[in-house]
Amino acid sequence: MQDRFTRVKVREQDPKVRAHNFEEVCLGYDKDEAMLEASRCLHCKKPMCVGACPVNIQIPDFIEQVKNGDFAAAAEVISRDSSLPAICGRVCPQETQCEGKCILGNKGEAVAIGKLERFVADWSRENGVRFNECKPANGKKVAIVGSGPSGLACATDLAKAGFKVHVFEVLHKVGGVLQYGIPEFRLPKDRVVSKEVEALKELGVEFETDVIVGRTVTVDDLMDKEGYDAVFIGTGAGLPRFMNIPGENLNGVVSANEFLTRNNLMHAYEEGYETPIYAGAKCVVVGGGNVAMDAARTALRLGAEVTIVYRRTETELPARREEVHHAKEEGIVFSMLSNPVEVLGDEKGWVRGVRCIRMELGEPDASGRRSPIPVPGSEFDVECDVVIMALGTSPNPLIASTTPGLETNRHGCVVLNEQDQTSRKHVYAGGDVVTGAATVILAMGAGRKAAAAIMRDLLPQE
Amino acid sequence: MNRIIEKKLLAQNIYLIKVEAPRIAASALPGQFLVVINDPKGERIPLTISDYDKQAGTVDMVIQQIGVSTRLLCSRNVGECYSSVLGPLGVPSDFVKMSDEELKGRRYLFVAGGVGTAPVYPQAKYLHEKGAMVDVIIGAKTKDLLIFEEAMSKVCTNLYVCTDDGSYGFGGLVTKKIEDLLANGKTYDQAVAIGPMIMMKFVTKTLQPSGIPLTVSLNTLMVDATGMCGACRVTVGGKTRFACVEGPEFDAYQVDFDEAMRRQGMYNAEKVTSHTHKCKIGRE
Repeated sequence: MQDRFTRVKVREQDPKVRAHNFEEVCLGYDKDEAMLEASRCLHCKKPMCVGACPVNIQIPDFIEQVKNGDFAAAAEVISRDSSLPAICGRVCPQETQCEGKCILGNKGEAVAIGKLERFVADWSRENGVRFNECKPANGKKVAIVGSGPSGLACATDLAKAGFKVHVFEVLHKVGGVLQYGIPEFRLPKDRVVSKEVEALKELGVEFETDVIVGRTVTVDDLMDKEGYDAVFIGTGAGLPRFMNIPGENLNGVVSANEFLTRNNLMHAYEEGYETPIYAGAKCVVVGGGNVAMDAARTALRLGAEVTIVYRRTETELPARREEVHHAKEEGIVFSMLSNPVEVLGDEKGWVRGVRCIRMELGEPDASGRRSPIPVPGSEFDVECDVVIMALGTSPNPLIASTTPGLETNRHGCVVLNEQDQTSRKHVYAGGDVVTGAATVILAMGAGRKAAAAIMRDLLPQE
Repeated sequence: MNRIIEKKLLAQNIYLIKVEAPRIAASALPGQFLVVINDPKGERIPLTISDYDKQAGTVDMVIQQIGVSTRLLCSRNVGECYSSVLGPLGVPSDFVKMSDEELKGRRYLFVAGGVGTAPVYPQAKYLHEKGAMVDVIIGAKTKDLLIFEEAMSKVCTNLYVCTDDGSYGFGGLVTKKIEDLLANGKTYDQAVAIGPMIMMKFVTKTLQPSGIPLTVSLNTLMVDATGMCGACRVTVGGKTRFACVEGPEFDAYQVDFDEAMRRQGMYNAEKVTSHTHKCKIGRE
């Protein structure tokens, strides 16, 4: 019997070993471990975890089935609310969502809900358990722009409801941020992402890569010339931010998006692929989110000594706790309360270091976090040959600028009304393009809400 | 899709390749470019569009073999397919927004260098068809590397061919030809230079005193070429711009060419190539 307050430890690759490979870090539970961990759930009458899940998965119900060893039944419970459990089980910030509200967390460790979700999803995939019932074709055709989490989720629900769904992707591989952003060691591409896409193809969803909507075709072309009854925009937030400090265009300064795209989408780390990547001998990553952790841990695996520079303290790091923990185990140095003021260059125009200033925390800002204030005269230099900027991203303006009448806010995000409609009839949107950069689970939830709105607007009400 | 319909050797190591890409052909405009991937393990290579045929559903590109990836692209034969062709990318040339009346009789000077001659062609063709007065200077290192001479001669008023070594046409650099034309009283409403970064830099210096507005098309490094990575950052008018989505064409007088040239060579630097063994530009 497992102690009620202690988690069943999940197996992971040894930090010293995994620092040199791109294999998945977390190996997940096996059946016995999952059933044992599931036995810790208290089955609260009013489960707080469900309310803290952005898509309200009936968590105690699926955990009950895991405890009983009926994994197919557990998968069925999850499938009612989530379309990408193998992915969310791996990348959701559970500590601030479901697990953060688990009552066991008050005295001990919360139930490992994420790890159990992942187990159920992996088990179902490996055992061919699918929930593929589709309603008969309803004759309506929907175009999905972007094949990231929101697009995939929207496509799933629409296909099951009998729509003909066609997904356009600008890159040459399907998955959006799951493909170019999140590294293999956190989210295996062939074993997990591709399988989710294949499952969608089985539902009849068509994918067309290498189409840039806004240039190759416009949203209006899709409706007027290609006969789509609705268009869903799930193009994410792909435009990287920079700091606008001196030296930022020196050779060796890259955005995390560039670094991760070269590595993940283009497989620069793998022999036989043509795209080059350079992590340097010493690499500084600026930022404290998941993207910063991903970039840092990728640079480490490519052989660099890595320092993360973040302007607040560890408490405020927006990254998942598990990623911070893994990064530290792997030997990444964290320089907290420091902020770059200049990138220093050598005579050839290459990075030779970053000049930072010490920060201290002042009053809470709009985000509720204490805002960092520079300490005058506290500048110090960090030597490095590569700087990776991981400062967040904003939506690409291309679709908004080529779709007349599509309202966006001052951040360039598409605006939705209370019925989840955009300002253009039969044009829908969801995910980061609406909220600004957020999480996979929120994007997935938004894709499903948009699918519901499309059904309300396009299908006769029963 | 992405099938090679025609392949022609234009000069040593320079091929014209026509691919089947109906969606792109239907929406392409002068000034735009493509991203082509040879096979699933290949790089994303940005290439300017050198012509498009909406009826036939084809686009043309001109590729010079300068590294492993461009050599792979040129090794494919008619009937084979590239794994990806994405486009049209980038903002079309400014003049596509101008009315036919505005363009009629408007005087353009194009300065084309090396494979940069290929993207000049659709621009000259477009303007010529609209009744603009188009002069084109083509610069090549030597006669054997000259491309598009005949095609260009059909879409311009005056064609001036220069070779660096004097093996054909005017012997000397394009900048010398520009000086000659201006000295002989030629005037233009707009100039456009497309070619190697170093050529564009010196064309900019040469034309600056004349006050003729000059546009350049920047062939920076790119990965996704859709605004996602920022590898293509250039400083224009003191501000960082993304050549892939805000360009590739910019006001030449605002461009920091020295920075652009330095950034272009980033993955050729010894410390990068020795580290990655990946970028093989200029190496056999």
